[in-house]
Amino acid sequence: MATMIDVNALRVRFGPTEVVHGVSFSVPRGASFGLVGESGSGKSTVLRALSGLNPDWSGHMAIDGAVLTPRRSRAFYRRVQMVFQDPYGSLHPRQTVDQALSEPLIVHGLSDQDARIRRALADVALPLGVRFRYPHQLSGGQRQRVAIARALMAGPEVLLLDEPTSALDVSVQAEVLNLLRALQTERGLTYVLVSHNLAVVAHLCPVVAVMQAGSLVETLATDDLRAGRIAHPYTAGLRALAVELA
Amino acid sequence: MNPLVDMAGLHIAFRTPQGLAPAVRGVTMRVGREKLGIVGESGSGKSLTARAILRLLPRTAQVTADRLQFDGIDILRAGERQMSAIRGRRAGLILQDPKHALNPVMTAGAQIAEAWRMHKGGSARHAAAAAVDLLDQVLIRDPARVAGSYPHELSGGMGQRVMIAMMLAPDPELLIADEPTSALDATVQAEILRLIEDLVSRRGMGLLLISHDLPLVGHFCDRVAVMYAGRVLEELPARDLARAQHPYTRGLLDCMPSLLHPRDQLPIMVRDPAWLR
Repeated sequence: MATMIDVNALRVRFGPTEVVHGVSFSVPRGASFGLVGESGSGKSTVLRALSGLNPDWSGHMAIDGAVLTPRRSRAFYRRVQMVFQDPYGSLHPRQTVDQALSEPLIVHGLSDQDARIRRALADVALPLGVRFRYPHQLSGGQRQRVAIARALMAGPEVLLLDEPTSALDVSVQAEVLNLLRALQTERGLTYVLVSHNLAVVAHLCPVVAVMQAGSLVETLATDDLRAGRIAHPYTAGLRALAVELA
Repeated sequence: MNPLVDMAGLHIAFRTPQGLAPAVRGVTMRVGREKLGIVGESGSGKSLTARAILRLLPRTAQVTADRLQFDGIDILRAGERQMSAIRGRRAGLILQDPKHALNPVMTAGAQIAEAWRMHKGGSARHAAAAAVDLLDQVLIRDPARVAGSYPHELSGGMGQRVMIAMMLAPDPELLIADEPTSALDATVQAEILRLIEDLVSRRGMGLLLISHDLPLVGHFCDRVAVMYAGRVLEELPARDLARAQHPYTRGLLDCMPSLLHPRDQLPIMVRDPAWLR
């Protein structure tokens, strides 16, 4: 299978401090890749560097063979989109759902807005009735569906998911995880999923990388993680907790 | 002996321009010197129920109950002075995020010493020594250094230990912990809950642990009450959680992805309107 995302020896700095110390991984087209770790491990920073939100990095990153530079083109954002943890913070409070979904269409100069927005709402299983509502009139799960719909508006091939279900109740988390899985099957999307929740990552991703203190300590198949075929003690510790407290 | 908390028919409603909005609709529970978990999704009324015990509800809340007592004291009729003798002193509260709950311009030691002096009196020097001792009790390796640190210099887990130390200062009989570890990493979460469990058992306190995480609560509590839309749908011993009867409790357990038992699709909870009745 062709490689969609290739990251090699990625280093990221915040001012004088290096916070990601040479991370490498690659994701085949249409696959899901999980990044797990505790707070401060650098997992979100890797995702943000990949998405172009953090320009202060060095190393090699490529999407579908195209090498990434610190500044990204509009075409890049058409192919790569991101979904954030907190749907309360990532939607503009004074924009209706309709406006939030129109914006990517305007940016990328796409026509046929009305039909596209209707289809986008249907794709994420939202009723048409929410189209002219404001974020505060929606539940947390509905907001996250809007955020996913917005990310999909311009027809991307890659979705970067940063803790997409951590702010949601477990019953809503199940709905969003099912939705993400269905969308991937339908559209052949490539996912990078960042989460602190091992079970969530294992549910969506066949391959998981474990980060600690800015380094990737282990990359392993989810089947091996489930079965406990683990090389690094830190991974073993995370797994033990996930099993004990589940 | 009175139970620590005895509540029956607790109702909490909020006054809004559209009329009364009910949030808690007839909750009955008793808490002794044991560990009771209240579990529910957001908006189920679990935090409001716990806060009603300390009478820490917003002004717009209208509280009624057939009975709401702390160790025999009628909370709804108690004066402010009586409430001050309960709040913090006899019943401590730990909140979710130490970043917001601690004073950012006071050192950890000074905040604990303040709590200690407020409830126990004594000299400033005595209180400062007590603060270091309390930090030691919450298993902080270098208590003197942490006592001199400001909240922004502490990690989330360390901050939560400081909160617990502060709460322990007056030797309370009941500890109310409202999502005490939801802002923390899994490894730290387990440490903090083990610490709380150990302190509660050793001091013979009662614990009311409020959380959205059903398996976690089942792990650390003796009994679990499952709340939904302002009601307790089911109450059961924590060890029987796997055999829970109510479809809502079953749904909460089933819809979580599992590391050991993978499934292609997660079951979606279908909410029965009858649960609201």
